[in-house]
Amino acid sequence: MDAISLIVRSIFVDNMIFAYFLGMCSYLAVSKNVKTALGLGLAVTFVLVLTLPINYMLENYVLKAGALAWLGPQFETVNLSVFSLLIFIAVIASFVQLVEMVVEKFSPSLYASLGIFLPLIAVNCAILGGSLFMQQREFANVGMATAYGFGSGIGWLLAILGLAAIREKLEYSHIPKPLKGLGITFIVTALMAIGFMSFSGINI
Amino acid sequence: MALSAKAKQALLGPLNKNNPILVQVLGICSALAVTSKLEPSIVMTIAVVIVTAFSNVIISLLRKTIPNRIRIIVQLVVIAALVTIVSEVLKAFAYDVNKQLSVFVGLIVTNCILMGRLEAFALGNGPWPSFLDGVGNGLGYGWILVAVGFFRELLGSGELLGYRVIPQAFYNVGYENNGLMMLAPMALIIVGIIIWIHRWKNKDLQEETN
Repeated sequence: MDAISLIVRSIFVDNMIFAYFLGMCSYLAVSKNVKTALGLGLAVTFVLVLTLPINYMLENYVLKAGALAWLGPQFETVNLSVFSLLIFIAVIASFVQLVEMVVEKFSPSLYASLGIFLPLIAVNCAILGGSLFMQQREFANVGMATAYGFGSGIGWLLAILGLAAIREKLEYSHIPKPLKGLGITFIVTALMAIGFMSFSGINI
Repeated sequence: MALSAKAKQALLGPLNKNNPILVQVLGICSALAVTSKLEPSIVMTIAVVIVTAFSNVIISLLRKTIPNRIRIIVQLVVIAALVTIVSEVLKAFAYDVNKQLSVFVGLIVTNCILMGRLEAFALGNGPWPSFLDGVGNGLGYGWILVAVGFFRELLGSGELLGYRVIPQAFYNVGYENNGLMMLAPMALIIVGIIIWIHRWKNKDLQEETN
C-alpha cells in the first residue's frame, strides 16, 4: 500500500519536471514530436527503475555512516558518504553504457529507435536527482526505492509526452517571432507546472 | 595582460550571443530550482563558475591521453570529484545556503553546461583558452540565475539578500507581495520573458519553427 501511494505521489505531486525541474535539458530538446518523446521517456523510466535499487544498496551497505558494519566491528565508524556523488554517477554512467551495449546486441530495432537518446540519459539530471533524493529521504527498503524510481520515471514520461503533444499543435499558432521555439516552450511548461500544482494537496 | 581575439571570444561570447541558457539550452534544471532568492542564486553561480573553469582545464590537459570510448566516464569522474570538493567547502563555510540548495549542488554533476563545454571546447583546445571558456560560460549561466533570483525575491517577498527594499509605506497603501513569484513555475516564465527580450534584440537567433 505504501508503495502504491509513493508511486502516485511521485507521478503527480513530486513530479520530477514540474516540481523539481530535473531533466529539463533533454525535456526541452527532445520534445518536438510525440514519438521520440515516448522513446526517451521509456528509456529514462527504465534506467531509473534499475539504477535506484543499485544505488540504494550501495548507499546502505557501503556508503552511509556505519554501513560497513557487516564487514566486522572495526568498520563500524567508517563513513564514506563523501564519495556518494562519485559512486552514484559512476553507477549511472556505466549502467547506461551497459544498457546501450545489451540493447544493441539483442534488439537492433529498439536500438535504432532509442540509440541516440541512450548516451544522453547518463547526464539527465532526473536520474542522478532520483538517487540523491533517495539518499535524502531514507526509504525503508529496496522495494520502496524501486517504487520511487518507477513513479518518478512515469511522471517524467507523462510530462514530456504532454509537452510534445502541445508543441505539435503549436505549429499552427501565430506566436510572436522572438518568442518562437524555446521561449514559448518555457512558458507552456510553466503553465503545465501550474496545472500540476493543483495535485499538491492530495493525500493518499 | 592583453587577451587575444580568440580568448576574448571564449570569455565574452557566452555572456550574450552564445549564452548557455538562452541559446545553447544547457543547464536549465538547476537554473530554475535555486532561484527563489538572490543569495542561493549567487552561491550557485560561484560554484558553477569554479567547476566549469577547473573541469575545462583538467580535461584540456588530459585531452591527448583519454581514450575516445571511455571519455564520458572520465569526464564525469573529473566533474564529480570537483563538485564533491565544492559541496564539502559549502557545507563547512555556508551551511545554511547549502541546506537551501539541497540536492542541487550535487546535481551540478549532471549540469549539461559542463559536459557540453567539455565535449565542444576543452577536448579541442589548450588549457588557457579552456579556462576562459569555462569562466565565460559559468558567468553567462550565472547572470541569468542572478537576474531571475533578483526579480523573484524582489517581487515575491519585497526583499533583496534578506534586506527589505520595498518601503513599508507601499504596504500601508495596499501593495502586496506577489506570492506566485515564490512558486516554481514563475522561474520558467521569467526565463521565457528573458529569452523573448534577448531574441527581440538579436534577430539572427530567432527560430522559424516551434
